[in-house]
Amino acid sequence: MTATIDRIKEIVRGVLTDCRVDLVIGFRKGTVAMMNEPCFIKSPDEADQLVWDSNCGINLANYLANRTGKIGIIAKGCDSRNIATHIIENKIQRDQLFIIGVPCQGMVDRRRIIAMFDGEVREVVESDGRVTVKGADFEKTLEKSELLQQNCSLCTHRNPVIFDEMAADPVEEQQNVDRYADVKEIEALDSGQRWEYFEKLLEPCIRCYACRNACPLCYCPTCFVDESRPQWVGKSQNPVDVRTFHFLRAYHCAGRCTDCGACERVCPVGINMRVFTKKLEKDCFENFGWEAGLSPDVRPPLDTYSPDDPDDFIK
Amino acid sequence: MEHMGIEPGRLQFSWVSSAESTKFVSVVNEVTDIIKKLGPNDRFVKKDVRVA
Ligand code: SF4
Ligand code: SF4
Repeated sequence: MTATIDRIKEIVRGVLTDCRVDLVIGFRKGTVAMMNEPCFIKSPDEADQLVWDSNCGINLANYLANRTGKIGIIAKGCDSRNIATHIIENKIQRDQLFIIGVPCQGMVDRRRIIAMFDGEVREVVESDGRVTVKGADFEKTLEKSELLQQNCSLCTHRNPVIFDEMAADPVEEQQNVDRYADVKEIEALDSGQRWEYFEKLLEPCIRCYACRNACPLCYCPTCFVDESRPQWVGKSQNPVDVRTFHFLRAYHCAGRCTDCGACERVCPVGINMRVFTKKLEKDCFENFGWEAGLSPDVRPPLDTYSPDDPDDFIK
Repeated sequence: MEHMGIEPGRLQFSWVSSAESTKFVSVVNEVTDIIKKLGPNDRFVKKDVRVA
């Protein structure tokens, strides 16, 4: 980890000194534990602010859409796939970017860690695959691999898919993971039970739209939920409106979502709205063999037509 | 939609060309029959008004 961050800083200083980029998007330490925040590094001497550890779960591709000038960006596996998606969707040009790839071994689930302790978690330090959690009157060391965010524990693309320079050696990809066990469980329920399941899931939603704002795919200048003429979806807390927001947002992410987990991570009430996007991800994989953002040069299934596309739902 | 809990059958897709009037009629009849059997929709219906 320290070697990686030193190398990141070195690369960042280099590209800023040579004026290859105007700024670099990375992470610096946040004000509370386990909440590193995105930052824009504009001069070589600011590079020391940068950090890299298991609390960098926000997706930095979110800060790229429609940006002008030359941009450096630090990208783990999922960020790089969302960058590729941005390139496909013309939200940024490949030659504007200098991508510093960082192989990733998963981000820790801060909610799970907080729930494990009664007191406030003040500091979390990492070394050699273990994390030490410290509070005012407790300290405990845990295995990092048992504390991963769910999407990270199921991730099969930990190494960046596009990059200009790598900050560390590639890590081994996880094999034989059942990415869709949770979706299959929902699929096994009958229609009424599924309705109830989602009703319960979304019950605490306060419609703050943090999930949308953290998602790199949600870059529309005016989101459908904010439109008032026509008003596509009601703005109330009525469960129908809440559900409409969630399933429509998920549809807008179909074939594009990389399961980076940023949406779930930022939700103030801890809703796992990824079960919506994951169903579509699963369908895309099963029907079209598609995994989003693996290459900036392949068109996604929703904008290509092939005569043998599955069509048995059409009468 | 069905994954989310809409009853199977309530959502239907069809492709009818403007020249296929007979197909249009039969699709409409078929869909109407299926929906009548399902009865009134009680999901995705606002039962009360709630504000934050
Ligand atoms: S972040 Fe959570 S509470 Fe906010 S709109 Fe999304 S699901 Fe609802
Ligand atoms: S929907 Fe969620 S998991 Fe998918 S790309 Fe957006 S933030 Fe990431």
